[in-house]
Amino acid sequence: MLGEGIAKGLVETARNFFGSYVSRERLTTVEYPEERLPQQEAARNFPFLVYDGEDWKAGLRCVACQICEKECPPKCIFIEKSKDKKPDAVGKAQFYPTVFNIDVSVCMSCQICVEVCPFEAIKMDTDFELSTDDRFCGLLWDRERLARSNEYYRTIHPTEAAEVDARLAEEKAKAEAKAKASGAPAASTGVAPTA
Amino acid sequence: MLFTIFAIVTVAGATAVICLRNLVHSVLALIVTFAGLAVVYLLLGAQFVGFAQVLVYIGAVAILIVFAILLTRNTGADVRVSIDDSWVWSGVVVAGVFAVLAWAIYHSSVSHSATLAQPATTTQQIGNALMQQYALPLEVIGLLLTAALIGAVTIALREQKEAR
Amino acid sequence: MTLFASNSAVETADQFFVLAERWIVAHVPGTARALVADVISAVALLAVFASLFAMTTVLERKGLGRIQNRYGPNRVGPFGILQPLADGIKSLTKEDIVPLAADRWVHYFAPLVLVVAAFSMYAVLPIGRNMVLANMDAGVLFFFAVSSVMEVSIFMAGWSSKNKYSLLGAMRAIAQMISYEVTLILAAVTVVMAAGSLSTVTIVEKQAGYTGILPHWFVLTPWGFAGFVLFMIAATAEANRSPFDLPEGESEIIAGYFTEYSGFKFALFFLGEYIGMFAMSGLGITLFLGGWTAPLSFLTWVPSYLWFFAKLLFLIAMFIWIRGTLPRLRMDQLMNFAWKFLLPLALIDLVAAGLWRFLPNEAVRWIVCSVLVVGSYVLLGRGLARGWKLEKRVYRFAE
Repeated sequence: MLGEGIAKGLVETARNFFGSYVSRERLTTVEYPEERLPQQEAARNFPFLVYDGEDWKAGLRCVACQICEKECPPKCIFIEKSKDKKPDAVGKAQFYPTVFNIDVSVCMSCQICVEVCPFEAIKMDTDFELSTDDRFCGLLWDRERLARSNEYYRTIHPTEAAEVDARLAEEKAKAEAKAKASGAPAASTGVAPTA
Repeated sequence: MLFTIFAIVTVAGATAVICLRNLVHSVLALIVTFAGLAVVYLLLGAQFVGFAQVLVYIGAVAILIVFAILLTRNTGADVRVSIDDSWVWSGVVVAGVFAVLAWAIYHSSVSHSATLAQPATTTQQIGNALMQQYALPLEVIGLLLTAALIGAVTIALREQKEAR
Repeated sequence: MTLFASNSAVETADQFFVLAERWIVAHVPGTARALVADVISAVALLAVFASLFAMTTVLERKGLGRIQNRYGPNRVGPFGILQPLADGIKSLTKEDIVPLAADRWVHYFAPLVLVVAAFSMYAVLPIGRNMVLANMDAGVLFFFAVSSVMEVSIFMAGWSSKNKYSLLGAMRAIAQMISYEVTLILAAVTVVMAAGSLSTVTIVEKQAGYTGILPHWFVLTPWGFAGFVLFMIAATAEANRSPFDLPEGESEIIAGYFTEYSGFKFALFFLGEYIGMFAMSGLGITLFLGGWTAPLSFLTWVPSYLWFFAKLLFLIAMFIWIRGTLPRLRMDQLMNFAWKFLLPLALIDLVAAGLWRFLPNEAVRWIVCSVLVVGSYVLLGRGLARGWKLEKRVYRFAE
């Protein structure tokens, strides 16, 4: 009959109106910035460099292999290799980056740098509240700005981080076993054990 | 005194209708004239006629004129008035008509009644008169309107057929 | 007036504003008394309905928000109720931009004409017992006469902006308003027929009796109910409100006839439209819902003006609800609806109202009028629906 559709529509909106006072499902709005919705685990925004332990300089996993710099499509990563070496996540002595800059205004969050990194050193962050009023250097991030601890990585991507930790622990165990088998004293003392 | 003010408003509106260059401005001045007339009717105590004047003339006739202008001509162009010889003869005709009307009104019974008779025509009486005494003119007007409506629909239909 | 309760406190509360006005007027010398009384009433009307407008803007936004799964404005005061204050300051301090090509004086006067016409409509609405500004014999006619002036102001606004979108919006708006005005007036005529008078005060008084606990409101008769529904639909269209807001549809034609208005003039247009909406609702309440009378016979102790505003708020809530529910009608759908559906229904309702008066028996007239009204609605709906070709949409490229 004529008018039936309108009546059904009115009932639905009335249900919405009254339901919005009682149920969360009918009032899905979140009052940002006082409340925030939790993000999905697979969310990604811009990259960050992982470091193990407390000291970001000593624990930085990145060995300046420059693969991510070469693979980055918009070429937003700039790396300068160091002259000396320091022990890496597994214990081997490796180079480290003295300069590691990412121009976040250019980065397109494609995650290719994460996919190609053989050392689990660069991962995707989920932080999106990145506005700055410094229009020249505000979005050009250096090594210090990019370094985030492994604990932080575990909070934003728990499953991934657990996987990465398991793999790194395995490799570390293999390296130590090899070192013991070859008779040399344990070489990996520079890095605090991953807690 | 109130009558004087609104009479001046009405006459000013009517003058503006003829003198303004922009056509739509003339229509708006015409609306002012209608409104002035409506107030004059109300001052005379004829409520029904006054409100009907507003409802019909301003609400319908003026809108109709507006639509007619906008749908048929380019309103951006101002009307250019040029004073030439034809104005003399038209002035004579206008003066003649005005003289006849003024004489007729002056010599009619309305202007000679000393007291303004309180109009006993309420809306109810108008209704009664329409239904009883003037029922035939009412039906004739209805027929006239129907004829106009059918004519308009026919013209529109023919245009539609031509457009196809 | 047999409605006064015997309790004089109730009577004082009911006539509070009338007594207050008389007290003030008594302090004025005799020659200016009528003028002062009228000025006080007019100022009171302006103040009350302007603050109702302010309240409605925030209530509407919050109501629409809740319907759409979100909060409305909730930052400005507690729960956002001071939002109209912020809106008012914003519109007063915005720059008033008049386009270079626009017709300055017509552009200036259009919102003024709208607001003046809209506020004038309140002169004949009885807000409470003995609370009407001008008790005219042809009150309903005055109301419709003044509401037709609003169309002129819309034309002035649309044309003076020298903007093709404004002009198009104005033409559409005027066409819509004159089409729905016919239904509006016909629905009102049924009430005038039943009450036997064009005076709003008389119409309310005719609805002031009670049988048992139910009132004699015209909406509680078959022709009155149909008339009320027709009247409210036509009033929604007259006020350019959703779902009839194509002339000012924000996503369709920018802003229609008030595209070129900014700042305070825009606020005046907004005000004029809402005030027109309230006035139409007020007339609907007067004609069909019994004006200031109470809905049940044992509730007459509540002051009459409170009932008027309660009914007005109810109708405003209905407007907001409909706005949040229905999509906008297209221009041709709008015109078809007015001329092919509402107008025949209004005419049949007129016949039903006439029959109601002349049929002898209570049961007989209920049955006959109900069958006439409901039957014509169903048959007309079915007949018109047969002309629609509703098919599932076929996409040429998307699949």
